[in-house]
Amino acid sequence: MITLPAIRWGEPYESLEVDEIKHFLTGEPVARVNTVGSGIVARDAKKSRRARQALQSMTPAQLIDAYKRAGELFESGTLAVGDAQQSATDFAEQTSATTGMPVAMCKANVVKNAFVLKNIDKILDCLTRGLDLNILARGYGDEGRGVTVSYQAQTDVLGAVLPSNSPGVHTLWLPVVAMQIGLALKPGSQEPWTPYRVAAAMKEAGIPVEAISIYPGAGGDIGGSILSNYRRAMIFGGPQTIQQYAGNERVQVHGPGYSKILLGDDEADNWREYLDLMVESVYRNGGRSCINASSIYTPRHGKEIAAALAERLGPIEALPPDDPKAGLAAFTTPGAAAAIWGAIERDLADSRTTHATADYGPRLVEQETCAYLRPTVWHCQSTECPGANKEYMFPAVSVVDCPQERMLAEIGPTLVCTAITKNEQFRSDLMAATHIDRLNLGPIPTPQVDWLQPHEGNLVEFLYRNRALQVR
Amino acid sequence: MASDGELSAAASAAREALDAHTVETVAWHFHESTGCPFWLDKKRELKFDPLTEVKSYDDLKKFPAFEDEWLRGGPVRRWVPKGLADQPVYVFETGGTTGVPKSRIAIDDFRTDYSNFSDTLPDKYFPKGSNWLMLGPSGPRRLRLAVEHLAQHRGGICFCIDLDPRWVIKLIKKGWMEHLEAYKKHCIEQAITILGAGHDVKCMFGTPKLIEALCLELEERGTSLAEQGITGIFSGGTEFTPQWTRFCVEELFGGSPEKSGIYMTPTYGNTLMGLACSKPVTKDDGYKISYYAPQPRAVVEVVEFDDYNQVVPYGGTGRVKLTTLTKEFFVPGFLERDEGEREQPFAKYPWDGVSGVRPFHELADATTVGVY
Repeated sequence: MITLPAIRWGEPYESLEVDEIKHFLTGEPVARVNTVGSGIVARDAKKSRRARQALQSMTPAQLIDAYKRAGELFESGTLAVGDAQQSATDFAEQTSATTGMPVAMCKANVVKNAFVLKNIDKILDCLTRGLDLNILARGYGDEGRGVTVSYQAQTDVLGAVLPSNSPGVHTLWLPVVAMQIGLALKPGSQEPWTPYRVAAAMKEAGIPVEAISIYPGAGGDIGGSILSNYRRAMIFGGPQTIQQYAGNERVQVHGPGYSKILLGDDEADNWREYLDLMVESVYRNGGRSCINASSIYTPRHGKEIAAALAERLGPIEALPPDDPKAGLAAFTTPGAAAAIWGAIERDLADSRTTHATADYGPRLVEQETCAYLRPTVWHCQSTECPGANKEYMFPAVSVVDCPQERMLAEIGPTLVCTAITKNEQFRSDLMAATHIDRLNLGPIPTPQVDWLQPHEGNLVEFLYRNRALQVR
Repeated sequence: MASDGELSAAASAAREALDAHTVETVAWHFHESTGCPFWLDKKRELKFDPLTEVKSYDDLKKFPAFEDEWLRGGPVRRWVPKGLADQPVYVFETGGTTGVPKSRIAIDDFRTDYSNFSDTLPDKYFPKGSNWLMLGPSGPRRLRLAVEHLAQHRGGICFCIDLDPRWVIKLIKKGWMEHLEAYKKHCIEQAITILGAGHDVKCMFGTPKLIEALCLELEERGTSLAEQGITGIFSGGTEFTPQWTRFCVEELFGGSPEKSGIYMTPTYGNTLMGLACSKPVTKDDGYKISYYAPQPRAVVEVVEFDDYNQVVPYGGTGRVKLTTLTKEFFVPGFLERDEGEREQPFAKYPWDGVSGVRPFHELADATTVGVY
């Protein structure tokens, strides 16, 4: 068992309150996590200036070099994490043990996170639209057109309230330190591993430890304190969280994605060509991500598409987490899977909705210490069906009959939209749609991320303000 | 330190006193001439006669479980014992965010509880004659009047702030966290205004959250509680954990009472029971917090989750059960919304205590903590 202290600007802090996280299958304790209260977060926040100053002692070039080393270390090094030496294999196994994700998927997420660290120069180049990072570091400079440009940091530290669902989402905050902004993190209760390993890799790579704090503890208490004490914060949560922070410029909210595939009139008859793409969009990463497709809108063949998807996804079984073929993550919170299945059953009771995976065995698989939901596909004859636009943390998809001309009006907020159409007018309408975040024009799976594109809100624009500056 | 024999003798004596006090209290509440309408009415439903069949504290198990609902709604005078009917009556409430709050009548109990509590406070840090700040809930709560009485009992004057915990709970439930912060700031500003107004305030009551917020705000303004003249604090509630105490003492106050000049004591109580005091909390003991009820006026037991008449073994975990035994109010076996561990008696309080108090795990999800 490993003991993880809280980290207060690089200093380990042993609390009198320790949470034990258990293996989702065996119930064996995997980690002891020192938890703190909101007062510590608030008090430490007063020293956040020092975190940025420590990072400003390094040049952008030095930070980028350190990031690349950190990426290598994160991916394959043995690092001092808590009171243990943690190998890359330990990390993947520990992450699987507490989140319920198969080990192979955890390993895949290691590669994803390491990619961001190792390619931080390219990623920053893209996020800043090619800005010389020294301009960001100095605050101003000449972009090359004889005009002074200036960027003002909006905070010394980014606060982040992190989720437990998938280690992949950590890619969103990884670039922050490279922009000379510190981090105050509240790790997810089931997935403290990635923040700790990133911090350990950064420390080993020579990034000042004073730049990072990690505060395990009660979600509402610590989360509330982080959000109220930092001028910029990131939070992950459900629709209620989205609503709560909508329009709050201090908070970047990451919630459900309601990501979708849209088949245009011109391509709907060719749907079989895109079946692999649809399966991958629904199933990759255990269907846990907000970038997994949760709905497929099509003007025709909805029933056949649902049946074909069901044929591919329906037979998938819940396998042990160390099975290399395991593709489903377990629900480790007691009652969660049953509650989700209950909600789906209520939607399936609608007369215009057909459960396409009904013939492939029960979807809810309850085991002694956890539960699984097997992939579920349903067909909605109308966008008004209650299950037409739902998102769950497992491979679940609605295939929805919808005329192309109604699609943009019906889909609602969409994080990733893969639109399979060559129709220029439809493509143009999609470009103009303000409720679509990432747009894939053409047959690109929804979870396919181009790290050299801004993703889910441009961090640079969130952390730095582009302002006027005159120097004489 | 008391020897085992002395402790055992003290525990026996305390038990005898409790048994005698129980018989006396039950006799008062169930006698036609002195009892309250509620209990006299309830007596008809009982399968035993409390006047003849309650001979010891353990005999209170004969009563059915005390139901929260009995405390909701009127007429509240049904709780006033006939023997005290000519006295002025207060009503104190708990809850009330949704529905009808639980209420209890009080005449002098809150004063008695706090006069007794006063005897446990060290004069060095709670100087007699000094003024107090009550940084806690106002409105129909017992606490404001109780703390005010404590200050007066010790020869001081109590300053209060406005704080409506029902609004705070609504803000939390609505997720209006910015409004919550603003309201907290509003309360802290009132406190800082009082502290800076030359009233020579040396002692205070504060909830953990508000003490924390006050210290952080004072720090922001370049000062501290000690610089503002505070030397003694009492606080309370399930949020008063060892870790919070450690953070508060070590970081917000700047060290132990000897070093920082500030002494803080935790308490546990509610409108029904009165005030349980804590064993002294020290760094050497891991800031462990153990509460002891003011026996025989009130009793705290830690009982099995599946059998509320059975106490757990020492060190075992169970639900907190309260019994109130005063002439004003009789509550046999009220199940608190908290759980904790059963603690051994010790010299100062030779009866059972409870430590590790936290929201009862089966109710925790539905309970809004961190209220003010």
